[in-house]
This record gives sequence, C-alpha cells and structure tokens, in this order.
Amino acid sequence: MTAVLFQQVSRHFGAVRAVDSVDLAIAEGEFFAMLGPSGSGKTTCLRLMAGFEQPTGGHIEIFGETAEGVPPYRRNVNTVFQDYALFPHLSILENVAYGLMVKGVGKAERLKAAEEALAMVKLPGYGTRRPGQLSGGQRQRVALARALVNRPRVLLLDEPLGALDLKLREQMQEELKSLQKSLGITFVFVTHDQGEALSMADRIAVFSEGRIQQLGTPEEVYKRPKTRFVADFVGSSNVLPPDFVESLGFGRHHASLRPEAITLGDGPGRKQFSGRVTASSFLGAASRVTVEANGARIAAMVPASTAVPAEGATVTLSFLPEDLHTMDGAQ
Amino acid sequence: MRSDKNTSAPLGLKVAAGAGLLFLHLPILLIFLYAFTTEEKSYQFPPPGYTLKWFAAAWNRPDVWDALGLSVRVASISTAVALVLGTLCAAAVSRTRFFGREAVSLLVILPIALPGIITGIALRSAFSFVDIPFSFWTIVLGHATFCVVVVYNNAVARFRRISGSLVEASMDLGADGFQTFRYVILPNIGTALLAGGMLAFALSFDEVIVTTFTAGQQSTLPIWMLEELVRPRQRPVTNVVAMVVVLVTFLPILAAYYLTRDGDQVAGSGK
Amino acid sequence: MNADTSILSRRTGALGQLSDTFWRKPKILLFLMLTPPLLWLGVIYLGSLFALLLQSFFSIDDFSGLINYDFTLDTYRQLLIPSNFDIILRTVVMAALVTLASAAIAFPIAYYAARYARGKWKVIFYLGVMLPLWSSYLVKVYAWKLILAKEGILTWIFAKLHLTWLLDAWLSLPVIGGSSLSISYTGTFIVFIYVWMPFMILPIQAALERVPGNLIEASADLGGNPAQTFRHVLFPLALPGIIAGSIFTFSLTLGDYIIPQIIGSSRLFIGQAVYAQQGTAGNIPLAAAFSVVPIVIMGLYLWMAKRQGAFDAL
Repeated sequence: MTAVLFQQVSRHFGAVRAVDSVDLAIAEGEFFAMLGPSGSGKTTCLRLMAGFEQPTGGHIEIFGETAEGVPPYRRNVNTVFQDYALFPHLSILENVAYGLMVKGVGKAERLKAAEEALAMVKLPGYGTRRPGQLSGGQRQRVALARALVNRPRVLLLDEPLGALDLKLREQMQEELKSLQKSLGITFVFVTHDQGEALSMADRIAVFSEGRIQQLGTPEEVYKRPKTRFVADFVGSSNVLPPDFVESLGFGRHHASLRPEAITLGDGPGRKQFSGRVTASSFLGAASRVTVEANGARIAAMVPASTAVPAEGATVTLSFLPEDLHTMDGAQ
Repeated sequence: MRSDKNTSAPLGLKVAAGAGLLFLHLPILLIFLYAFTTEEKSYQFPPPGYTLKWFAAAWNRPDVWDALGLSVRVASISTAVALVLGTLCAAAVSRTRFFGREAVSLLVILPIALPGIITGIALRSAFSFVDIPFSFWTIVLGHATFCVVVVYNNAVARFRRISGSLVEASMDLGADGFQTFRYVILPNIGTALLAGGMLAFALSFDEVIVTTFTAGQQSTLPIWMLEELVRPRQRPVTNVVAMVVVLVTFLPILAAYYLTRDGDQVAGSGK
Repeated sequence: MNADTSILSRRTGALGQLSDTFWRKPKILLFLMLTPPLLWLGVIYLGSLFALLLQSFFSIDDFSGLINYDFTLDTYRQLLIPSNFDIILRTVVMAALVTLASAAIAFPIAYYAARYARGKWKVIFYLGVMLPLWSSYLVKVYAWKLILAKEGILTWIFAKLHLTWLLDAWLSLPVIGGSSLSISYTGTFIVFIYVWMPFMILPIQAALERVPGNLIEASADLGGNPAQTFRHVLFPLALPGIIAGSIFTFSLTLGDYIIPQIIGSSRLFIGQAVYAQQGTAGNIPLAAAFSVVPIVIMGLYLWMAKRQGAFDAL
C-alpha cells in the first residue's frame, strides 16, 4: 500500500516556489530519504506531510486518505524535529507520554508505554530528568521515543542527526535503520548528507529548487545520476562535457563518471584517455588524483597500493564503458 | 560584552559606578531613618531622637487605611485587565506576522512613551466629554492603559524564547490548539506573566500623575502622599507610610526578578 | 491508538470544532486576540488623545470662560507669547540637561555591570538598578525633600565639612540659586536626575552587553589609549543604548509636573502649565495645546532615535 502520495503538489510562498509540482509515492514500510541542499524543498515536503504547511496546489494522501485541510493533530503521523523540540517544562517521561496524554490515555497506562518507549531507545530510567540535563544524542533518542510511542503510521525525521558528532551519527544511523526494520513503520527522512541517505534509505528522492531531480534506489542514484545536479550532489562524480564524451565515442551528451571507476593505465575492454596530473591528495585508503584531459578536469581514485604519479606528469587513464552514464540535457 | 580574561576594572570606573549606585540608594535609606525620628515639625538632621510611636500613629489613621485599600483594589483590577490585554497582544504579535504588527506594538508602548500628564488629561477630557463621572472605574481605566505594556514586554520576551517548533511538536503529537495552549504555551509563559503582573501591580500601586486626573475625590495612597507633600499635616506619619511603601514595592520587584532571571530580563524599560 | 487509520477523528465537543476552525482560518483567531486590546488602546486611549488634540484647535471665550467650538489656531498662537514660550524653553532645556547628566552618571554603572560584574555582582548591580527604578516615585521625591530641606542632611554635611560658604555661594548665583536648595533649579535638576537616571542604565547596559569584549582588547591592542578606545569604539557602540535611555529621561522630564511643584522655584514647567490651565484656569484648549508640545517634541525625538537604530536596544 502507498503510505504517502503526492500528486502535483506545490507550495508557493508568494513568488518563491518552495515545492513545485512534486509527484511522489512512498510505499508502506519503506525507509525513504529526501536529499538535497538547504532551500531545495525537502523540508517543506516533510512539513506538508506533517500538516504544518498546506499545499497551494495538488493533492496529498496518507494511506489513501486525503490529507490537505487536516490539521497536524489529526494526522496519525509523527515528527522528530531537527532541534528535537522537547518540552522544557516537562520531565522526560512526561515528554514521551505527551501524545498519549492529549489523546486521553489514562495516567498509569501512558506512563507505562512511555517507559517502554524509553527502553526501546536505550534510555531506561531517564524519565525523571529534564530535557536540559541530557546530552544532544540523548535528547535525540527522547524525541524519537516521544514520536514512536504514538505508533504513527508514518514517522517523519527532519535532519535528526544533524547536530550530532560523527561517531554518534554513525551509531544512530544503524540504530534508526534496525528500529525501522523491527517496527515496520514507514520512515521519511530529510537530510542534506548524501552519505546518510545512501547508507540508510531504501529509496532516495534528490531535491533541487523545489523539484525532484531523481527518485530511485541508492545504487541507481549514485551510479546512474540522471542530471548534472544529482551527479554533483550525490558523491563526487566527474561531469564530462559533451565534447569530451563525443571524443570517446559515446555521442554528444553530458556524462557522469565516478572517480573510483577510473584506474591508472589501460586494460582489456576499457576506454582510455590521457591527461596531465594537476593535483593529488592522500585520503588514507586511496589518493585522489586530479587530471586535466581535453580541457576537462577529471578526478580519479588511486588505491593506496598504487604509486601516485607526480604533478605535471602525463598519464593514461581508463574505465569500463558501462561505468559512464550519459545524462539528459545539460542540466 | 564577554571577556574571558578576568580583567579587573580601572579604579576610576569602580569609584564612578559605586558612587552612582550609592547615589541611587542612600536617599531611600534615609527614608527609613526618618521613620523613627522624634522631630515632628521639620526635617531636621540628624534626628534629635528615635521613637517607634509613629508606627502606631500611622496604624490608627483611617485615612491611610482607606487610601491603601483603594490602591490595592485599583492595582489588583488594573493588573488583571492588563494581564488579559497584554497577553493577547503579545501572543498576536509574536505568533503571527500581519499587516500593522509594528503599529500594534507602538500603540502598546505609547501610554508610557508619552508623558503621563498627557495620558491623564486626555482621559480626563474624554470622561467629561462623554459625561462619565469619576469613580473607582475611571482610575482603573487609566491604570490598566499603561500597565498593559509591562505585561506585554514580559510576555513578548518569553514568547520569543519559546521556539516555534514546541507548538508544532505539540500539535504533531495530537494536541489541538486549546490543548497546546494549556499544556505547552501556558506553562512556558506562566512565570513571565506572573512577573509582568507583579510589575504591573507595582506600577499601578505607585502611580500618581495619571491618577490625579482620573480620581475625582477619592485618594489612592500616592494621592494621599502627594497631598502630604504639598501641604504637610503630620510629617512623621508620612515618613512611616513612605517607608512601608518602599518595602511593599520591593517585594513584587524581587519576586519578578527571580521568576524571570533565567534568560529574559524583567523589562525595566517597561515602566 | 487506532493504528489502522491515518486521519484521526476530531476531539468531540465545541472546543475540538473551534480548534479546527482556528487552525483552518488563523485570521479569525488573530482577530479575536487583537480585538480586546485594540478596542481598549486603539479606541479608548487613542480616541482620548485625538479628542485632546482636537480641543487644542478650539479657543476659550475670555469673557464667559466657555469653550468656543470654532476651528482656530489662536490657542497655539498663545503658546508663543513670551510667558508661555519661556515655560516651553525652560522645560526643554531642563530635559536636555537632565538627559545629558543622566547619561554621564549612568554610563560607568552600565559599563561596569556589562563588562566587569560577574556572578553575584551582576545580580547586585541589576537589582541595585531595578529597585530604585521601581521604587515609589513619590517616596523618592519625598526623600529629596528631606535631603534638600534647609534643616536637612545636605546642609548638615556642608556644615560638618566647614563648606557652608560654598553652599551659600552656589545658592546666591542667579537663575540656578535660590533661598534654599529645595526651592532652586539646582534642586529640581538633582531630583529629576535621581528619579529618571535609572531608566538610562539598563538600555546602555544592554547595548554594551552586545559588544564583544575582544573588541575593546582589539582597540587597545591596536594602540588605542583608553580615551581613544572610549571615543572611537565604546561610545559609538553604546550610542543606541544612550539614545534609547534618553527617550525615557527626556520624555519623563518633559511631562513631569510634580517634581518642579514640590522641589523648585515657582516658575512653571510644561506639566505644571497643563495642570494649571485645565484645573484652576479651566482653559482646556490651552492645556491641550500645551500638551501637544511634548507630543511633537517626542515624535521628532522618536523619529530620530528610530533612524539611529535605538529601538533594538530597548
């Protein structure tokens, strides 16, 4: 079943088209990521699902029911806010029980449910503290528990890991993923971090300027970007100009080529070109070498086991033809 | 201004700042001394002797009690009105953007930005224009008008501190507008409203300029004091009343400070 | 809860329905919230102000003492006759002097509180300003009546210091002197400063709190001596706060009629003129015209202050 459906949904603020004719169908039980830079419309889409914004055009359904005109408090959808938005005047337990309280669940029952939710996010016994006494990572877990205790049909997460440091972020990514699997709730996740989206999501929608540039599995989006924007934003693909692509025998198109698909030297069945090394930087497991070829700047990843050519040297590079993806238009 | 280094202030600055504070406090302390003087006819310093008898004299004065009672009643009702109007205004101004928002905040500030005498005479001539006789309610009307701003300032400062996502979070979790107000907004602005209310009470309790125009024959405590100032009848009683007034106004101010000290300042500019 | 639906039914009862309506049409809620305060302040208060303004365009019949409801500028012309114009000039000069002196006294307190006071001292400074600011106006005036009285503490101190001659010399000066401090302009001036100066401290402090401490160190580091640092760094940064504070000291002094009545010479200030005209003289139009003067002055002042960005420091 479709959990969230957008049909030609727009949200314009005056002349600003925050969301512009977006079509979207998120499946039940899916972990769906909306990826894009700030101002690309991904957060507005999330707010349209939550009910904080109303579409200026189009139609939204949540599990087949019309959602526009329905206030947030009547949607069986919950949100984990970017700043967590924990109520400062309530204890952690009261925060988590809040949703049940306003729905009229009895005190004993709701506190028990809140305790369980806290245990689920690995914060058992933290209930008596205040939000101000917790660390960022702990607050994030409380926000998660507070949303999940309501058993929403869709959980919306607005850059929930943005404020955490790297270690914690990686740990939370895994936990979120396994939580989603075990609960079977549809997760819709907004992020500007492509690594996060690629590692966690079942499917990704890449946003730019209020529109979806590409919608697909992480592998599709990463390996076969449809537009220059996606190629640039997801990972660090080389975008080859039409002249260059034509000279390699692929026709006159823009094309993307992943740095790690390029190797030094030639091999059987590989397309080759030569260029001059302009820069190289050591990244640990590999080195990133920038080469100028036919007027284009191309980055290649060289494994640490291979010697890095000197700057100014002319080198031969090659790649498998199926790793090059031509793109529509010149976007 | 934050300086991480523990620099100490230049001596000249210390002296100037200390002297300034002393200048503000010594005259008030002097009032305390005079409440105990035995001298009746003049303001002689140092007092020739000390006595407690004026406290008893003041206690037995029905006119003082009447004035005090009127002041307390006026201040209570004005504060209640100001709380309602100021909170509504602050909520409207901080929760939504609308045309004329700036004009509304200016309108709220106007009664204290303009000299009190103008508010006073304007209300007085309006009362006589529509033939409203002076009464308890005309005093309240004047007081509530300038008390609104104190509540408003405190409430606006607090509304600004409540992040907008708290309200959204509450609605997201299933609370409708009224539940959100009751369970999230009210608990978060409560202390600010209490502080604003206390300051409004202190402001009304102390007000004299507008009151002279709107009171008719009744005297609030400040009006009583003003009459004693212009035509002293029993100076020692005035001394005692002055001291009690100082002590009574200190309490709400201290309370207001402790209610709002984390973060937003008691809007001192609100007087 | 009912996990099989995505849209929940509304809370039963009128409140649930009303909440949905407010959510759908927030303008209705805004309208309901703004109506009571706007009725009170916009209709009653502004209405009274306009009525007052209107009266200043009427005149009073010299023989009957009744108000003549024909539009005229005669009443404003009366403001310009020397005895009335003197009142205006005297008040404006006094307000300006009080504002300058208040700024000078307030600045060190605000600067110390903003830059050096920490922890406990910060609280002491804050309350040390707030308590006098909120103390009873009349009690403060009364305290100065005690202090400035001929037999009061100030005379006593001068006598103890064998400086009575100095006090006498000051009092014998023209204009600012008088037979005693409590009936001289000097006395009026001191009490005005005392009563209104606290309103200057908090805005200056607020403006200075926003100055990063390293800015001052940077100026010193670049070779600025304290005087230069003050002139080129501190003062310009504190200026919006000073202007914001001066709105209060200036406006409050302009309209006060009690201080000059209790402590001062018999020469009138604007507030006293308004009070006398509307009361004993019964000349409401002239009283109204007089009260327009501070409104106009404050209007100009606020306009200039706004251009200087002073309202951010309020």
